[in-house]
Amino acid sequence: MTVRHRLETFSEPIIEWVIRLCGISSIIFVFGIFFFVFREGSGFLFQGFDLVEFFTSSEWYPTSVSHKRYGVLALIAGTVSVTVLAMVIAVPFGLGAAIFVSEFCSPKIKETFKIVIELLAAIPSVVWGFIGLTIMNELIIDLFHAPIGLTVLNGGVILALMSVPIIVSIGEDALKAVPDTYREASEALGATRWQVIYRVLLPAAKNGLLAAVLLGVARAIGETMAVLMATGHAVQIPGSVLDSVRTLTATIAAELGEAPVHSDHYRVLFLIGVLLFSITFVVNLTADLIVKGIRQK
Amino acid sequence: MHQQPETNNLDQPHANQNLFTETPFVGKKRRTEFMAKGVFFLMTVLMVVPLVLIVFYLFYKAFPILSIDFLFTNPTHGMRAGGIWAALLGTMYLVLISLLVSAPIGVLAAVYLNEYARDNWFTRIINLAVVNLAGVPSIVHALFGVGAFVLFARMGRSILAASLTLAIMTLPVIIAATKEALNAVPMAFREACWNVGASRWQTIRLIVLPNSISGILTGIILQVSRAAGETAPIMFTGAVFFKAISEGDVFAYGLFDQCMALSMHLFTISTQVPGVPEALPYGTAVVLLGSVLLVNMLAIVIRAFLRSRKKW
Repeated sequence: MTVRHRLETFSEPIIEWVIRLCGISSIIFVFGIFFFVFREGSGFLFQGFDLVEFFTSSEWYPTSVSHKRYGVLALIAGTVSVTVLAMVIAVPFGLGAAIFVSEFCSPKIKETFKIVIELLAAIPSVVWGFIGLTIMNELIIDLFHAPIGLTVLNGGVILALMSVPIIVSIGEDALKAVPDTYREASEALGATRWQVIYRVLLPAAKNGLLAAVLLGVARAIGETMAVLMATGHAVQIPGSVLDSVRTLTATIAAELGEAPVHSDHYRVLFLIGVLLFSITFVVNLTADLIVKGIRQK
Repeated sequence: MHQQPETNNLDQPHANQNLFTETPFVGKKRRTEFMAKGVFFLMTVLMVVPLVLIVFYLFYKAFPILSIDFLFTNPTHGMRAGGIWAALLGTMYLVLISLLVSAPIGVLAAVYLNEYARDNWFTRIINLAVVNLAGVPSIVHALFGVGAFVLFARMGRSILAASLTLAIMTLPVIIAATKEALNAVPMAFREACWNVGASRWQTIRLIVLPNSISGILTGIILQVSRAAGETAPIMFTGAVFFKAISEGDVFAYGLFDQCMALSMHLFTISTQVPGVPEALPYGTAVVLLGSVLLVNMLAIVIRAFLRSRKKW
């Protein structure tokens, strides 16, 4: 045995262990995220934290001198209102575009369009926030004669534009996964493209499309910088789309810098983080199970 | 006008159509078809065109301020004048260090998932973890960075803590791209290599990785673009509003310094500082957006190149 030979016999098991360790790193990180975020917030959970008030009160006064109140209902309402509006816009447009790209396009246009979608998905969220702050803000003030343009509408539109690329690309994958024999069989029976889509493709791809929508929702809920800059800073339950709101994510981003380390305020922000983590975890898990369900069929 | 020979009538598609008159049912079908196509086309166009317009508008607004000087001077006058040098360099530091951490871990994780892992519940859990890691909101990553790196590991607010947070956040990008690239290497390549007596790791090192290098590179480039654009994870772990560094010195930051970053700078001058001249945030936005889009286009070009010269 040469030296090199011996070296390789020794090093191979080590390298394989390193690879195994890297393989399970994602599990470690996901647990690590939950552990460390929960650890920072947990101190407050066991002393003087009122879970009922946390979820049912809309009074968020973390820095009040006389009576500090930590109710996140208004923040949840902010997140929900912006997300719902975003999905109302993004789901029809995203799925429509996915259908167009997958079923009506020539291959060349399809390639170009996919590149455009990919580039759009790459636009950083802070740039989206800036677009909301400047262009969308002026548009909304002009169009609706509103006193301020940083509203649910603004945040919703920005979030819709941000989640459309995800919905299009995953929706298109779902449509592509429907076997071509389905299309051929129905076209042989004389169905038009539209009939094929409406009667055959949509029912066959419905799980994948649902997963696409769920991932869009997860992106919208978790988005921070764009909504921080585009929705204004008003902790309130919105009455119309022209009201300003504040979301769960924006609250953490806006207040973490000012909250003294290990104060109650600081810990509550980490608890909001735990809440956000749990919500997106469940949504992503559901989407993944739905997709896996298709593959097993 | 030239005349068609009559015997050829059946081969002419336009002549063929006239053989049948349209029944109301067929007409309705045809019109629905036409409308459906139109509506879907309109939806696609309505979605893409405004976005492209917005990007052009940003460039148009930023045009007066864009120059070499803008890139290489520090912000001055309380960030109301000057350039973006300190932020630009800070972003490069963050991206580079996060890349150094996440690229090896991500590539090896993908190697494990594609080459070693069996198809069982444990592998499924790992895949689930990757998906969830990609789905965790960026602000939760920031909280994790504060809890784990800044406080627990006592790194303080530093470039190192911010880079590590970014690295974990962008790990799924590299894992997904590498896995796809490894998966595209045909099984026969590995089998041939095993048959001449190579071990598993030798096969991976000599056959699998070299044959998927372009795909891995694409993933790494996408990681760079993602890391460069993120704001929330670095806001509380290492990026600061303002820090003056010497202009033109690329080693101006140390590993445990705080730094400025482009994305954070854009946020600061557009929301936190009053009286900033309009062109300044537009210029910063365009530099950030432009570099991210350029990096992404590079990835697309590499992928197209890879496809064109694929040997199998």
